[in-house]
Amino acid sequence: MSTLIEARGLTRVLTETVPVTLVSDVTVSIAEHEFVAVTGPSGSGKSSLLYLLGLLDHPTGGTLAIGGRDAGPMGEDERAATRLAMLGFVFQFHFLLPEFTVMENVVIPMRRLGRLSRPAMKARGEELLTSLGLQDHMRKTPDQLSGGQRQRVAIARSLANDPPVVLADEPTGSLDSKSSEQVFLILEQLVRERGKTVVAVTHDLSLAARMDRRLNMVDGKLASDEKVEKAEPAQSG
Amino acid sequence: MRLLFEIAFTHIAGRGRQTLVAMLGVAIGVGFSIGMTALMAGSQDDFVETLVNTMPHVQVSDEQRRARPQPAEDAFDAIAISGLRPREDGRGIMNPTALIAWLEAWLPGRFAESLQLTGVMRFSGRDVGARIIGIDPQREPGISPLIGHFHQGSFASLTSGGNNVLIGDTMAAKLGAEIGSTLTAVSSKGLSRSFRVAALFHTGSTARDEGEAYVLLKDAQILSGRANAVNDIRIKLDDPNSASSVARRVEAETGYKSVAWTEANESLLQALVVRNVIMYTVVGAIMLVAGFGIFNIVSTITHEKARDIAIMKSLGFPAKDMRRLFLIEGLAIGGAGSALGWLLGFAMVYALSQVRFELAATGQEMTRLPIAWSIWHYVIAASFALGSAAVAGYMPARKAAKVNPVDIIRGAT
Repeated sequence: MSTLIEARGLTRVLTETVPVTLVSDVTVSIAEHEFVAVTGPSGSGKSSLLYLLGLLDHPTGGTLAIGGRDAGPMGEDERAATRLAMLGFVFQFHFLLPEFTVMENVVIPMRRLGRLSRPAMKARGEELLTSLGLQDHMRKTPDQLSGGQRQRVAIARSLANDPPVVLADEPTGSLDSKSSEQVFLILEQLVRERGKTVVAVTHDLSLAARMDRRLNMVDGKLASDEKVEKAEPAQSG
Repeated sequence: MRLLFEIAFTHIAGRGRQTLVAMLGVAIGVGFSIGMTALMAGSQDDFVETLVNTMPHVQVSDEQRRARPQPAEDAFDAIAISGLRPREDGRGIMNPTALIAWLEAWLPGRFAESLQLTGVMRFSGRDVGARIIGIDPQREPGISPLIGHFHQGSFASLTSGGNNVLIGDTMAAKLGAEIGSTLTAVSSKGLSRSFRVAALFHTGSTARDEGEAYVLLKDAQILSGRANAVNDIRIKLDDPNSASSVARRVEAETGYKSVAWTEANESLLQALVVRNVIMYTVVGAIMLVAGFGIFNIVSTITHEKARDIAIMKSLGFPAKDMRRLFLIEGLAIGGAGSALGWLLGFAMVYALSQVRFELAATGQEMTRLPIAWSIWHYVIAASFALGSAAVAGYMPARKAAKVNPVDIIRGAT
């Protein structure tokens, strides 16, 4: 499996008044088809690490490569283009554009990238939304959907440009247990069936235990990076 | 780009009332600018047209800008003569026949020679000071605005019989004279001659209607005691804008002072330039105020849409897209406001053009407001509006482009 994200000594220090270290000297490699949980207590730097890996924030130290390309020399436009084509984001809150329909929200990243024709964009949007069980909600606006449905739309939007990596920041954090389970299963399907790499920040250790790998953050440092041992299914008979 | 237009439209459509207020601000600004410009430019055009139509385009007089050099000065560098006064001050253009023949040979227009003298018109014991102008009845109609202003008699009656005079209705009223009355003209040299009032004119110009009397050139020459004298040549050109070059040529060839209408009215024309500067400054100020409305709404949208900006940036929209998006919003409001303003401006200009009134008491008649219809007024007003909208949109747009999505996302979680 080839490496998609390669971080070495990644550090983020806020220097506005009193220096605050959000992420300190994190070295991690994430390969394709991995299902990675980032866990840790509040304020441990989980989300900050995710924003750095997703090119939303600039590291103050260390290096980062996405898809083999060093992100350090990238300008803002190139970072944006890399986000658009290679990274999909899912946040704790759905962050859909409220004035646009579900379909329009999913198609917007495709339109910005401009690789597909209009009919192809529509077909892909329909395919994504249908696969996430939202075929009856395409013309609705986000305020007409439940929390779980909105989060599924956000997942569909993150997959719009077929990025190899999906970064999810507490994707189940604002959902009830039933919706959480649905969203988790969808993320799992992305890895198992669509071959995506999913890196998800979560507080929920039971969900983290169902993923392939767990990065545990403590005080901005990567305290542990371990493969999750899963219990073998019980043999019948 | 179309995507940005759609997002921009969605944003401003979602703020219907605020957008409408900002658009109305621009529309009123553009409309009033168009109305004001049309009125100001109309009055200016009217003024210049009056100047061009009523004045000669070039006036050649028997004066000289500098004293004529004396033969001794030409012969010897060391000699300078000043304060020279001829024994007899016989004013007038020398050898007018040759000058007229020379003008006829090349002048692109028409001209008429005249002899103007000051004197008094007298009737039944009443005196009125007058400029007595001797004219050539064949050439004068080609250059004079007087022809169309007779309300009793006509210009042609000047030549019907001897010793006729044409005077203004105001002078006639002051003297108590009427058509057929016999006036006595007395020149400044004390020579007098009787003239019969053949026609009355009313030009609307007080100075002319009260103070000018037109007689045949021959009669004026007799009254001044100077046979064949001419002291004034008035020229009307086919192209009034060539007046300066024609005046320069005539003056260079003849030595006589030749004044183009632009030179004669230089201070007035400069005042018009100043007036235009003031007018466009006011237009700019109006649009600046309208721009504040746009700035207000675009700023509000960028503030309210901070989360959307963060979302779009996280999706992969670059900062320049955010700048363009809010610039488009500012320009869209400015553009829509300008279009509304054009309609308002057109309606206003049309309404102003229908206003009728008279100002007879001043001696000037004005039946309609002078209005200039020009597409440029619309273009200029819209340019000011769009420029103002671009600046008003760009400032919040620049701020929006600098939004760090992480700050917004953290704030929301």
